[in-house]
Amino acid sequence: MGEPTPSSRSVMGEPTTDGRFGEFGGRFVPETLVAACEELEAAFREAWADPAFVAEFETTLRDYGGRPSPLTECRNLSSQLGVRLLVKREDLNHTGSHKINNVIGQALLAQRMGKTRLVAETGAGQHGVATATAAALLGMECKVYMGAVDVDRQALNVFRMRLLGSEVESVQSGSRTLKDAVNEALRDWVATVENTHYCLGSVMGPHPYPWMVRTFHHILGDEAAAQCKDLTGGDPDVVVACVGGGSNAAGIFSGFADGDARLVGVEPAGGAAVGRGVPGVVHGMTSYLMQDEVGQVMEAESISAGLDYPGVGPEHAYLAAIGRAEYPSVTDDEVVEAFTLMSRAEGIIPALECAHALAWIVRAAPEMQGQTVLMNLSGRGDKDVDQMMDVLGMHGIVS
Amino acid sequence: MSAAEASTRRDSFGALETHLRARRDSGAKLLVPYVTGGYQGWQRAVEAAAAAGADAIEIGVPFSDPVMDGPVIQQASTAALVDGATPASVLEEARELDTGVPHAVMTYYNLCHHQGHERFASALLDAGVCAAILPDLPYVEAGPWLEAAAETGLEAILLAAPTTPEHRLADLCGASRGFVYAVGLLGVTGERTALARTATQIAARCLAVTDRPVLTGVGIGSPSQAIEACEVSDGVIIGSAVVRTLMSDGPEAVGELVASYRTALDHG
Ligand SMILES: Cc1ncc(COP(=O)(O)O)c(C=O)c1O
Repeated sequence: MGEPTPSSRSVMGEPTTDGRFGEFGGRFVPETLVAACEELEAAFREAWADPAFVAEFETTLRDYGGRPSPLTECRNLSSQLGVRLLVKREDLNHTGSHKINNVIGQALLAQRMGKTRLVAETGAGQHGVATATAAALLGMECKVYMGAVDVDRQALNVFRMRLLGSEVESVQSGSRTLKDAVNEALRDWVATVENTHYCLGSVMGPHPYPWMVRTFHHILGDEAAAQCKDLTGGDPDVVVACVGGGSNAAGIFSGFADGDARLVGVEPAGGAAVGRGVPGVVHGMTSYLMQDEVGQVMEAESISAGLDYPGVGPEHAYLAAIGRAEYPSVTDDEVVEAFTLMSRAEGIIPALECAHALAWIVRAAPEMQGQTVLMNLSGRGDKDVDQMMDVLGMHGIVS
Repeated sequence: MSAAEASTRRDSFGALETHLRARRDSGAKLLVPYVTGGYQGWQRAVEAAAAAGADAIEIGVPFSDPVMDGPVIQQASTAALVDGATPASVLEEARELDTGVPHAVMTYYNLCHHQGHERFASALLDAGVCAAILPDLPYVEAGPWLEAAAETGLEAILLAAPTTPEHRLADLCGASRGFVYAVGLLGVTGERTALARTATQIAARCLAVTDRPVLTGVGIGSPSQAIEACEVSDGVIIGSAVVRTLMSDGPEAVGELVASYRTALDHG
């Protein structure tokens, strides 16, 4: 009899053999890439079952990446908001965000598979910088695709990637943001699949990516669960993270999904794929997707380049469909306020992406009085200060 | 459905495959040009291509995220979308075409998924289109679509790639209808300076496991490359070369271009 394995009993367990989380997921890629996805899945399964690989992954994240990241109790914001606010400090990782966890995992795996070249898409540039960093560390060639709009608003990260030795291509097609960078990276991979690994930056794309990327981020959820327990004696009441593709959210949710904590993924109002709830198929997966009435994919619009994505990872679509997690959205104005609030109240400049999570907490705080709220601070705001100087200057907050 | 009915259904070919088999069996090499639907002048380009000796026409229905397409077809798709092309408008215009050869639609799976498999297939058939190619719906995910297309009577063409493993190739070729689309290289649509070695390799691998017509597409950009591909393959699909010509020189030039391929394939 099919005795369920421990992981398949988990709410966030392994997907089915055809890569499904409920009805979502799959492998909707050109035929050329199907074999590469299968090869990647086999390699990932084999590596993840090898204690030597897992040890190398964990050691690299510790000695090079700076893990474990601390859990900070935000006393000032807690008293202002009336909740006990704990934040998981992924901003303190090497390269400034959670993205490094996944990238170290994939780069080590790619090397083990004999690949010599990485390609990646990037929105805010954080995943691109992390990939360029891993490529430098492991001596691999690297090319990062970035929408032309994002190249303009994240110039510092473009320079970082080039400094690290990667090629950055400014993508001029479509909406010239993250979705188009993914298309271009896929087109590259279709042509170079023999020596190249596509280092996808979120829990999206074809199977096994959503599952593999979440597995590499599981470490942050596990750490957070243990840290919360040490500090408070148990799980928080609410776990909150921003959602672009959904990797930082998947990482932190995976530490709490089998408990009772309320899970909240915050989308930007202009990129609320789950919020609109229409399923679609693009970038290799079935998931919720912003699209027009005939099925053309719409352009997301958000102040934060890292959340400017019209889709969402399939496991989030599943968690929403079964009611285990909820996905509200916040406006750019609320985000700007939260960005400033965290900087002034706590001395932490958050990335605009995770300022979405705080914006929702600020809004929902009146209904959560006295509760413990864990927020994933997925990245630091250094990359955003240039853009925010304009925004806040316009708003007259900073002269 | 009885077993006998099922097997008749399996063995009776659709309009596209019947036509291509007859042409192939008469000794001809098959020529299928691709035109982006909704691009200015596209209907005249299709008619000119048919008049110049195309055996069938592939009509592109523009999609916002064409991941299998290179810059030329991307540009034409974007221009068509900006001009307001929708699946319905392209099919409406396709219905008006009278070319005397079968039409297949090439588009991306979300447009089919969004409408629903049956409705999508029926809409194509209503517009006089007998087959569809969905390059981001690989064989491993195509089951429900293949079933719906078969039920509706639309020929669902599958793509075989140089990376398709041997253990999948025979099943894939068996499940395809109309013809087998052999992807000639590792890469997206676009002209290349030379024919990739993979072009003849994948065609030969397909022909070894199916008697269905095998057409090679992606990366064929000159009559001499078409001849080279057809040393093995039953025929070729030419896309970017046609679309580039349509964009730079207009629909009549497409007729001349297709004629040059026709002459090359017929007379070497
Ligand atoms: C700091 C930060 N957080 C979040 C994201 C969004 O990605 P995800 O939804 O996969 O966590 C990004 C993407 O660039 C980011 O840089």
